[in-house]
Amino acid sequence: MTDHRSELAIETSGLIKAFGKVRAVDGIDLRVPAGAVYGVLGPNGAGKTTVVRMLATLLRPDGGQARVFGHDVVAEADAVRSQVSLTGQYASVDEDLTGQENLILLGRLLGHRKPAARARADQLLTAFGLTDAAGRQVKKYSGGMRRRIDIAASILNTPRLLFLDEPTTGLDPRSRNQVWDIVRTVVAHGTTVLLTTQYLDEADQLASRIAVIDAGRVIAEGTPGELKSSVGAGTVHLRLRDASQRPAAEKVLAATLDAAVLLDADPVALTARVGGHGTDSGAVVQASRTLAELAQAGIEVSEFSLGQPSLDEVFLALTDRSTGQSAGASVQEALG
Amino acid sequence: MSTVTSSSPTDTQTAGVDRPVAAEAIAAVLAPAARPPRPGALSTSLTFGWRAILKIKHVPEQLFDVTAFPIIMTLMFTYLFGGALAGSTREYLQFLLPGIMVTSVVMITMYTGIGVNTDIEKGVFDRFRTLPIWRPSALVGAIFGDVLRYVLAATTIMIVGLVLGFRPAGGVLGVLAGVGLLVVFSFAFSWIWTMFGLFLRSEKSVMGVSMLVLFPLTFLSNVFVQPETMPGWLQAFVEVNPITHLVAAVRALMAGAPDGFEITWVLVASAVIVAVFGTLTMRLYNRK
Repeated sequence: MTDHRSELAIETSGLIKAFGKVRAVDGIDLRVPAGAVYGVLGPNGAGKTTVVRMLATLLRPDGGQARVFGHDVVAEADAVRSQVSLTGQYASVDEDLTGQENLILLGRLLGHRKPAARARADQLLTAFGLTDAAGRQVKKYSGGMRRRIDIAASILNTPRLLFLDEPTTGLDPRSRNQVWDIVRTVVAHGTTVLLTTQYLDEADQLASRIAVIDAGRVIAEGTPGELKSSVGAGTVHLRLRDASQRPAAEKVLAATLDAAVLLDADPVALTARVGGHGTDSGAVVQASRTLAELAQAGIEVSEFSLGQPSLDEVFLALTDRSTGQSAGASVQEALG
Repeated sequence: MSTVTSSSPTDTQTAGVDRPVAAEAIAAVLAPAARPPRPGALSTSLTFGWRAILKIKHVPEQLFDVTAFPIIMTLMFTYLFGGALAGSTREYLQFLLPGIMVTSVVMITMYTGIGVNTDIEKGVFDRFRTLPIWRPSALVGAIFGDVLRYVLAATTIMIVGLVLGFRPAGGVLGVLAGVGLLVVFSFAFSWIWTMFGLFLRSEKSVMGVSMLVLFPLTFLSNVFVQPETMPGWLQAFVEVNPITHLVAAVRALMAGAPDGFEITWVLVASAVIVAVFGTLTMRLYNRK
């Protein structure tokens, strides 16, 4: 039904939260469609966690409105609570209890009778590969296992909306991949996920839309592709054999890429953004042309790579823009 | 040699081999059955009480304070004051034991505040507070767990007392009734500490405030000596001190001569404490 497709899981307008004189969240408007992963991207202290805590009924907003599936997070907190689950930045399970005890405890609190709670706990422990660790205290779990027991607890009663607050911070790559797989599975089942992260890569992997937050405000919103193309299609990193050739290389880059060139701390390294008008393949064409030009100029290149803009780059470009400071030439161009 | 690499996000997808988590397994456990009905207030409070018991099970050493401390208190004051105040320790014990039991258990209630103060900072409370359950149940449950500790402390003291020669005229029933009244009051009194536990920022400050309240409250009472020996202004304080009334009620119950007035006083005071400090606690809990 079209009605179902257009349903909003989260809708906020002018959401504000102040701690003392600091406005941690300073007027945030979000529209999160149901049934997908929505990424909230930003550095530490941007206000991501504060937004999640308000939406999960843990904090009262100081201003503005927030609705979860149409229910006001303040006036109808209980209705919101029955539809959401939270996996916080720090383990939202009791570290003194075993994995199994945690899940049974939660099952009982959600209204399951003892045998049902135990059966459900065992089922989840098996599905999340934690059977061997079921009888161990959670504080003895590895980072990846903690995340899994945490998410298992969050889907004990499968929620309509799941908050994942920096679910992979501090995890090794394999554990991170497991968390990503779990998130994809949960979303495929129909649960909406609000994911906060510091990693563009993670948002890119999972989210169908992303809001970039800085200093309590949304500074950009869109699909991952839209965000990246808004700051240029990619970045060229270059290392030379000979540091004395760097000025020459800088000139070539500036000419062929028509972009600001950054001189890295490393005396043989340079970085430049590839212009943002083309698609990714356009960036590759531009990059290879640059390489040809460098060879022609007799500049010896030891390493050349074309990467997507990193979060740092996307982020710095966006914050420059949002604070009205002069941004790098390529960003201005990308906006133009 | 120069290399051109185009890093793409799909690289990372191929990293996992032998993953213990299979997507199909997780898909299978998503929303299998209809949700159970919302549990009642008593049910969730008892479940949180079970959590407290599990914590004791994992760290049994934490029972040290409800066993060793009461034993020390009983021995110390019996032999310290016994000879001077009542002529013999055995005689003094008949007077002191109900009072020292009240003192020890009421002092132990401060651990409720310390427990709440450290527990509330843990991530798991975020989960508890996003559950659609009766709000106070996490705290009521924690106090249920503490009630178990109060019973344990009272039992320890009674055993030590009986060994030392305490002979309550009220018999088993009188003793049980006395302990029961003490536990009811301590349950109520704990809400003062949950409030401080939520209000104060560190464990140490909770401890500091608790000592500041508990020492005058327990010592400036009829626990150790008869109030008639005190100066008038002090008697006035002792008379309104709820501990005095609690001790009087427990003493009378154990002596086999229940005092209806004192019992009523204690029960009304308990109700008032819960109403005032329970409300303040929940206000703080909801804002935390």
